[in-house]
Amino acid sequence: MPNQLTTTVRPITPHTCIIDIQGDITAQAETDLMNAYTQASQNGTTAIILNFEGLDYMNSSGIGLLVTMLIRGQRQKQRLLAFGLSEHYQQIFALTRLNEAIGIYDDETAAVTAVTTPA
Amino acid sequence: MNDKPPDTHTPDNAASWAKPVDTLTVGDTPAEAINLNVQGKRVSGPLQGFGQLWQKTYRFRLRGVQTTSAELVRLWKEKLPELMPPNSRFYPSITGVKPGEVIIINATMPGVPGAISTGVMILYADDEAFTVMTPEGHPESGFNTFSAYEADGVLVAQIQSLARANDPIYEFGFRFMGGSKEQEKIWHHVLAQLGAQLGVSGAVEMEKVCVDPRLQWSRAKNVWHNALIRSTLHMPVRLARRVVIGKTGSSGTQGVDSP
Repeated sequence: MPNQLTTTVRPITPHTCIIDIQGDITAQAETDLMNAYTQASQNGTTAIILNFEGLDYMNSSGIGLLVTMLIRGQRQKQRLLAFGLSEHYQQIFALTRLNEAIGIYDDETAAVTAVTTPA
Repeated sequence: MNDKPPDTHTPDNAASWAKPVDTLTVGDTPAEAINLNVQGKRVSGPLQGFGQLWQKTYRFRLRGVQTTSAELVRLWKEKLPELMPPNSRFYPSITGVKPGEVIIINATMPGVPGAISTGVMILYADDEAFTVMTPEGHPESGFNTFSAYEADGVLVAQIQSLARANDPIYEFGFRFMGGSKEQEKIWHHVLAQLGAQLGVSGAVEMEKVCVDPRLQWSRAKNVWHNALIRSTLHMPVRLARRVVIGKTGSSGTQGVDSP
């Protein structure tokens, strides 16, 4: 049985939010995922970090949703980062070349540091 | 702060995804297929293309059909080459529509002599959907997902593309030379043919959303891989080869033809 997606939006700094993802990312997750993105984008957010530690399952429609979210973010000049991806899904990000646009980090600390530390 | 280490378990659908590859490898293809512009190319997704990014969704409601979405997708995978219009031939490998396999595509385009030879990689395939991803040089850069689901007691066959033109030449063709309409006709045809296989006729619904109206000028150099140009330049070689084969009587499957 599919696990319905649940998301939690956590502001980390005034301009950075984390979206905690729990469950499956499939076509059925579109509304929940985009609502979470909209919530995270409020108040001048410049970086959104996706926490995939609770991801159970993702299919190709789910990858399409992430592309759409990324494009929305790019149009608002936001950075999109991710952590908590299993080795399998890191390979899928590489295969689909999503990793060229979404920074992938081992854990939350590394992702937040990447956002808050000047390049 | 959440310091839990990444979950490294393998999900249930791991086998549905293609294995990671740097570049594409084409196996044996039918003798009639022109195998160009795929071998050694990288895949190219919605982020790597040049033109406006469009999501186009085509739906066909199969009213009265008593079968499951899994059975419909099984039929779709099996009959895919037959469902394509004559101007866009698909040549799957012997293995069929399986993750990681390459489908060679030979297509003609309005106003262009000869055929464009390209292909797609099966990125994902499970019981209810399969997705193809384009290589460098393909007219589009992105994904096409073919799926089936039930809505209000009616089985629906759906094709959803999330793609942008791969380079400026293709973008011009899609926008000003009727390429976009031609592309849409292909998927209308495929769904109508799928319905016909099941004895259903009707209208195909289409929704178009421009996900990103911007052009990615940093990707203009993708034109180097343009399969249309390369196929056209390769035409004299193919004609010469055909003459030689005609004289020697060679036939059979065609191996890899490097671009």
